[in-house]
Amino acid sequence: MSDGTTFTLACPIPIRQYPRVLLAHGGGGKLTHELLEKMFFSAFGEAPAEGRHDAAVLNFPAGRLAFTTDSYVVRPIVFPGGDIGSMAVHGTVNDLAMSGARPLWLSAGFILEEGLPMETLWRVVCSMREAAERSGVRIVTGDTKVVDKGKGDGMFINTAGIGVVEHSLRIGPGSVKAGDAVLISGDVGRHGMAIMSAREGLEFESRIESDSAPVCELVGELLAAGVEAHCLRDLTRGGLASALNEIAEAAKVRIVIEEKAVPVREDVHAACELLGLDPMQVACEGRFAAFVPARDAEKAAGIMRRHEPSAGRIGAVESGGPPLVALRSAIGAGRILDMPSGEQLPRIC
Amino acid sequence: MKFLDEYRDAGMAREYARQIARVTTRPRAIMEVCGGQTHAIVKFGIDALLPQDITLIHGPGCPVCVTPIELIDKAIEIASRPDVIFCSFGDMLRVPGSGADLLSAKAGGGDVRMVYSPLDAVKIAAENPAKEVVFFAVGFETTAPATAMAAHQAAERGIKNFSMLVAHVLVPPAMEALLASPECRVQGFLGAGHVCAVMGCREYEPIAAKYRVPIVVTGFEPLDILQGVLMCVRQLEEGRAEVENQYARVARQDGNEHARELIRRVFQVVPRKWRGIGEIPRSGLGLRSPYEALDAEKRFGLAERNTAESAECLSGLVLQGRIKPAECPAFGRGCTPEHPLGAPMVSSEGACAAYYRYRSREPAQDVQP
Repeated sequence: MSDGTTFTLACPIPIRQYPRVLLAHGGGGKLTHELLEKMFFSAFGEAPAEGRHDAAVLNFPAGRLAFTTDSYVVRPIVFPGGDIGSMAVHGTVNDLAMSGARPLWLSAGFILEEGLPMETLWRVVCSMREAAERSGVRIVTGDTKVVDKGKGDGMFINTAGIGVVEHSLRIGPGSVKAGDAVLISGDVGRHGMAIMSAREGLEFESRIESDSAPVCELVGELLAAGVEAHCLRDLTRGGLASALNEIAEAAKVRIVIEEKAVPVREDVHAACELLGLDPMQVACEGRFAAFVPARDAEKAAGIMRRHEPSAGRIGAVESGGPPLVALRSAIGAGRILDMPSGEQLPRIC
Repeated sequence: MKFLDEYRDAGMAREYARQIARVTTRPRAIMEVCGGQTHAIVKFGIDALLPQDITLIHGPGCPVCVTPIELIDKAIEIASRPDVIFCSFGDMLRVPGSGADLLSAKAGGGDVRMVYSPLDAVKIAAENPAKEVVFFAVGFETTAPATAMAAHQAAERGIKNFSMLVAHVLVPPAMEALLASPECRVQGFLGAGHVCAVMGCREYEPIAAKYRVPIVVTGFEPLDILQGVLMCVRQLEEGRAEVENQYARVARQDGNEHARELIRRVFQVVPRKWRGIGEIPRSGLGLRSPYEALDAEKRFGLAERNTAESAECLSGLVLQGRIKPAECPAFGRGCTPEHPLGAPMVSSEGACAAYYRYRSREPAQDVQP
């Protein structure tokens, strides 16, 4: 991710006469047209040969397709290590990757608040382009609406994604079996703590950057190496704790993990300790958990470590008993790892 | 992580547990006063390492849990006013009053903001002169100095639109109230390390002497707590009842002189109602002259009220250490962190929330990996 200065040099803002988004930019008239032309088409590429139309018509490779959608409402819009645009691409691309699909195309729907600085929109759009290039996808269709000042939080983005499934595995909680190894693709909690440190009014300083990144390439490598992935799950809202609990519940299994094996960077750990948060319940935007047969565990972990050295095995799936996630604590005693019950609220003292 | 991993070493933890087992000759009931300690005990499974003869009783040291329901109702009333920005620590937002909680007041249009420091609320007041900015001053002696500093700054800078709803409570009177109860089965205390970092260890000496009870000022990491238990059991076995300091790396004999002076300047000791326990004389802090002008209860002319707790919720007994959370019939059934009946199910320092979060929901269920 380039920083603010080089970014502006590489991407001069294309709409100069209006420093802020007006309601008219969503009205369907000339200003809308100009916004599409100069902002979106110039960043995401031209429409296909048939010309601009209400829908993109695309040639799909043979086989199964994966289809997903997600909406992005992060505050602040720009945070250490990314912005709402890179997140909107990575999040949807990663959702596709969790089914083992190779992401191909994205849609991008923008809801802009009147008064949003055009410069912010341009930054976000450019970082979407950059994220899409890095993820190997194209943004092929989109929509823009503008709402009255005060009716939106700067900007909201929805992206939907289509990918092609080029394997014959059934990747999902239903395939998780007792004996499976549980792997994690890297350290947890960075995105959530980066956002928290950047939020207005929360005065703790940190250099924690979001881990927002595409994981589709890594998933592709795992499948190409013949790893029989039973289930893949990205660790977004609710973090590792929510992801594992959802899978334990859906697959009716017991997942046992080692607290000490879960990688947490020292600065993230320190910030969590300070605020009374559990890093395992804090969101990531570029990490996933993989459930693979024990025989594939070492091979899969090795491939993951080529991308992120902190990746590795954190536990295993067991049978019997009610579905839950059990954790062996740092001092060797057992406890439950529960989902967070709502928004994480920092403690008093 | 430096200065943290050292206190979470599994081998050392087992060694302490062995030493505790070696010195314990009969059943002992020890109360950890602070909710932060309760949380660590349940989270790390420290009690599982202890011999059967040692029972840890969870104390009332959860500031969110003991804030009276009437004050939460008042907070919601103030927060719902259109001219107010209401600032609170995060934990407090989901604690139920008699009807709603502060998050519901926010959803209903109230400007409720989460702050990390009372000084942030003063800053918000300075930036929003057309609004009344109210800080919900909750906590034990640990947060009182920061609240006092906020009061001092607001007065010094002449910020007229700042006030505070004060719910500060003090630890030693609560310990005395527990010890004076005929149902008390506490034989020794792990004192709240961070409270003592501010107030010092000395104020516990009269309690240890009067009630013949050992008090070990203790930290919050697994090895702190295990060492605190060991020191407490040793005192019991040797028939001593002294104030000892396990947490000497942070808590000093006289505490933090500047912080204590700030508290003395801004606050006076007042009677305070504790949620689930009742009124305890001389157990709270209230604003003293000339800081009384910052009292939100007076500024908004709120009437005194008396609200009954939910009859289903036994959190009062939990807070007094008379039952374990899972012994409450509502635990995990009518009362969960998503739909709490009582405050201990909400706060990250509340015993009910700790049990719900880290322990099995059914007694028969084994979570040992």
